[in-house]
Amino acid sequence: MTLLKKSAAEFAAMLAAGDVTSVELTQACLDRIAAVDGAVHSFLYVDAEGALAQAAASDARRAAGTPASELDGVPIAVKDVLATQGLPTTCGSKILEGWIPPYDATVVARLKAAGLPILGKTNMDEFAMGSSTEHSAYGPTHNPWDLDRIPGGSGGGSAAAVAAFEAPLAIGTDTGGSIRQPGAVTGTVGLKPTYGGISRYGLVAMANSLDQVGPVTRTVLDSALLHEVIGGHDPLDSTSIDQPLPALVAAARDGASGDLSGLRVGVIAELRGEGYQAGVQQRFDEAVALLVGAGAEVVEVSCPSFAHALAAYYLIMPSEASSNLARFDAMRYGLRVVPDGDPSAEDVMRATRDAGFGDEVKRRIILGTYALSSGYYDAYYGQAQKVRTLISQDFAAAFDLADVLVSPTAPTTAFRIGEKLDDPLAMYLNDVATIPANLAGIPGISIPAGLAPEDGLPVGFQVLAPALADDRLYRVGAALEALLEKQWGAPLLSQAPELTPAVEPVETSGGAA
Amino acid sequence: MTTTLMSYDDAIAAFDPAMGLEVHVELNTATKMFCGCPTEFGAEPNTQTCPTCLGLPGSLPVVNRKAVESAIRIGLALNCEIAAWCRFARKNYFYPDMPKNFQTSQYDEPIAFDGFLDVEVEGETFRVEIERAHMEEDTGKSLHVGGSTGRIQGADYSLVDYNRAGIPLIEIVTRPITGMGAKAPAVARAYVATLRDLLLGLGVSDVRMEQGSMRCDVNLSLAPSGSDKLGTRTETKNVNSLRSVERAARYEVSRQATLLSAGESILQETRHWHEDTGVTTSGREKSDADDYRYFPEPDLVPMAPPTEWVEELRAALPEPLRVQRARLQAVWGFTDLEMRDVVASDAVGLIEQTVTAGSSAQAARKWWVSELTRRANEDGIELAELPITPQQVARIQALVDEGSINDKLARQVFDGVLAGEGEPDGVVAARGLAVVSDDAALGEAVDRAIAANPDVAEKIRDGKVAAAGALIGAVMAQMRGQADAGRVRELILEKLAP
Repeated sequence: MTLLKKSAAEFAAMLAAGDVTSVELTQACLDRIAAVDGAVHSFLYVDAEGALAQAAASDARRAAGTPASELDGVPIAVKDVLATQGLPTTCGSKILEGWIPPYDATVVARLKAAGLPILGKTNMDEFAMGSSTEHSAYGPTHNPWDLDRIPGGSGGGSAAAVAAFEAPLAIGTDTGGSIRQPGAVTGTVGLKPTYGGISRYGLVAMANSLDQVGPVTRTVLDSALLHEVIGGHDPLDSTSIDQPLPALVAAARDGASGDLSGLRVGVIAELRGEGYQAGVQQRFDEAVALLVGAGAEVVEVSCPSFAHALAAYYLIMPSEASSNLARFDAMRYGLRVVPDGDPSAEDVMRATRDAGFGDEVKRRIILGTYALSSGYYDAYYGQAQKVRTLISQDFAAAFDLADVLVSPTAPTTAFRIGEKLDDPLAMYLNDVATIPANLAGIPGISIPAGLAPEDGLPVGFQVLAPALADDRLYRVGAALEALLEKQWGAPLLSQAPELTPAVEPVETSGGAA
Repeated sequence: MTTTLMSYDDAIAAFDPAMGLEVHVELNTATKMFCGCPTEFGAEPNTQTCPTCLGLPGSLPVVNRKAVESAIRIGLALNCEIAAWCRFARKNYFYPDMPKNFQTSQYDEPIAFDGFLDVEVEGETFRVEIERAHMEEDTGKSLHVGGSTGRIQGADYSLVDYNRAGIPLIEIVTRPITGMGAKAPAVARAYVATLRDLLLGLGVSDVRMEQGSMRCDVNLSLAPSGSDKLGTRTETKNVNSLRSVERAARYEVSRQATLLSAGESILQETRHWHEDTGVTTSGREKSDADDYRYFPEPDLVPMAPPTEWVEELRAALPEPLRVQRARLQAVWGFTDLEMRDVVASDAVGLIEQTVTAGSSAQAARKWWVSELTRRANEDGIELAELPITPQQVARIQALVDEGSINDKLARQVFDGVLAGEGEPDGVVAARGLAVVSDDAALGEAVDRAIAANPDVAEKIRDGKVAAAGALIGAVMAQMRGQADAGRVRELILEKLAP
């Protein structure tokens, strides 16, 4: 267990030094998954055999002196929204139960090429629609800090896997905060890159113009290491940026010195105050003070259009989603429900979609279909796109005054499972601070800022940078992480309760648990 | 509907047709619109597919640059403006042969718009205004098995071939065409034929209507004669030959006129053309409530073709059709009337190829425009669909030129080639069609003819050489047409020389 608490960067160093093998490391992760995943339920599918085979191949490369990358041999978990050749990919939905993609997402292909053994596929809200992972058709994931609470969403499985030490690294996706908000509520690091910075090829789309893949890790440096493996131009994704990534790992190492002299930090006035839990606000303010102590200059910036961000998001996202999800019609793959009698193709489509999609997915399909309808398009989708432009303009103005912008990642700490399930609007409000970055296509990171005094649960600190300046997030994130850990004396996760192994170890291979 | 249809002439006397034509053209790019799959026709079903054209979850499109280039060239050849900036959009509707249940198409931002194409019908030029030419992807192809109609309703099951899914299409849409009167069906046909020739000249498509690489929808409405208001239109689909375009338009004129004359109204709907029975039947009812929920395709970035590129493509366009036809007419030495018939018979390309194969232009014209056009019409097919090649026509003419056969025998050689009996030389041999120029055999026949027609022979002896024709005819009758007429004449004159 002590072994597993190390960071991916430390594992990479140990593998390079021959202090541990990838097979040992991968087996340790698999053992941990077997021990605790019954309680946490981070994984929908664990590929023990495949991961160990990849680990053995990695050890052979290390032995031959030809590692494929710095992270060669460090195991990783992948959110179940990315296509993995030969491994089930359900997107947390019944409608894709049993579908085994014949191809790898570009990110997955890059992980394999870099030698990272893939432990399995992580749980998520169905089609990434949700902020709690309660909308998974395969049951919720539990927050390792308090198993009665949500791990955030939609990528609760990836965040919980990393927080529960089941995997040192994971892949998430972020459409409105699905990497950053789970990072915030599980005390882990989550980064959404600049739109176009990491390939979306093989990412099952919720909202194409907002979706991005990103790293889910325990440290800022690990995030940068993983980001450099999966990022960069992909000719298969037309929205991928055709230019080299900035030097991310270098920025993270540089930031770890804790010196932020000359950095201008903008505190977003609209993302604080009412609606923000007192302990969240307190930890945020303390973190800002630390940045000042490190030499940063803090200014307040205003982004008035953010008031409309959530509304615009809940028009654009469902509109795109309603079209993306049309392909799930039982004709070619996935679930097929054949009603009695002499059903037509349309009857089969209707019955399958009725049985295969959960309530939240249906809600968004209906919303999006309505918003795109003739006669409503201009009033809804068209207006939302205008708001999007205004939000980008707000960001542009703010970035004239500051190098990075900061806010709490989420307004509250993890809420209880079931607490907001019947109140979609309350659930949606959880993403109020993360959504603007998706609408504007800019990068954002959430790093642990401590525990809220009132409930002892993790608080996330969000840093935003202009498009293409992902390196600033690593510099500032690593600096703040170093300063906070100096105060705490150890990573925040060391304060998390020990998870008691399940009475019965969970199955480590086979179908969705 | 069992009502007798109003005759076309009566219909046209009472109503003015307005027409809009939508033509889908499959481009002949090596790969599909948004992925690298091959586009070759006729491969085993579902062998030319990948995650993208199957619409598998997570797959993404990448625009085929060659397809954009073809679209721009088509736009330029149709005298269109080329958009400085345009986008793809999603057209959302559910159908089993559409892998994503949306078609990636262009909506309010087409790559080419505001053009025209001049077409000629019986010496009159009609300017057909082009509203737009836009890019889109083809759907898969459904085969409905069982049931009586071959359509999805009532079928026992359906098979879908996704090889066609994602093949680049250009949809060319005209503005409503009016003022055609009785010529409307002919204008429709001439437009599609001219468009096809233009696309062939550009080399952007195979434009094989019978293979579906060019497909036409005919929108047609009627207004009372003299009224300038457009009536309710129908959209007739499945019109897959030039002949059908004309027939379908003609049928719709009669059908709509019959209804309107009876005080009924026209239902705005999609109709299906039936080649075999020559009628259209009601398809899915179409109304303005049809809502495709178009929105910009978020997986693709907008396109802004650089002006230099567009100008480069414009400079490299082939000569316009009208110029090409004027040139060919001059080279071939055809009169205006002859050339008009050639165009009307859709024989320009066939004659060109026949001439290339060695025939004289006049001979090629004679066979294609009179002889073969008549046969195609009798069979109800397109001229180009006749099972004979320009090379075979040229060979038959060569046999005539050599004197091996005459025109009358040549018609029998056409019969044989069209009946699948092989190459012209083989047909001549197998049917024993070569002319007889053997003097012994001809001499006997001539003697018999002279004996049977003493009065005619007497006239010739008296110097009335023109009367020889009657004797030649008698010889030909004896020889079943296979005599060398020139030699027969010589023999007659020798024997009856004064």
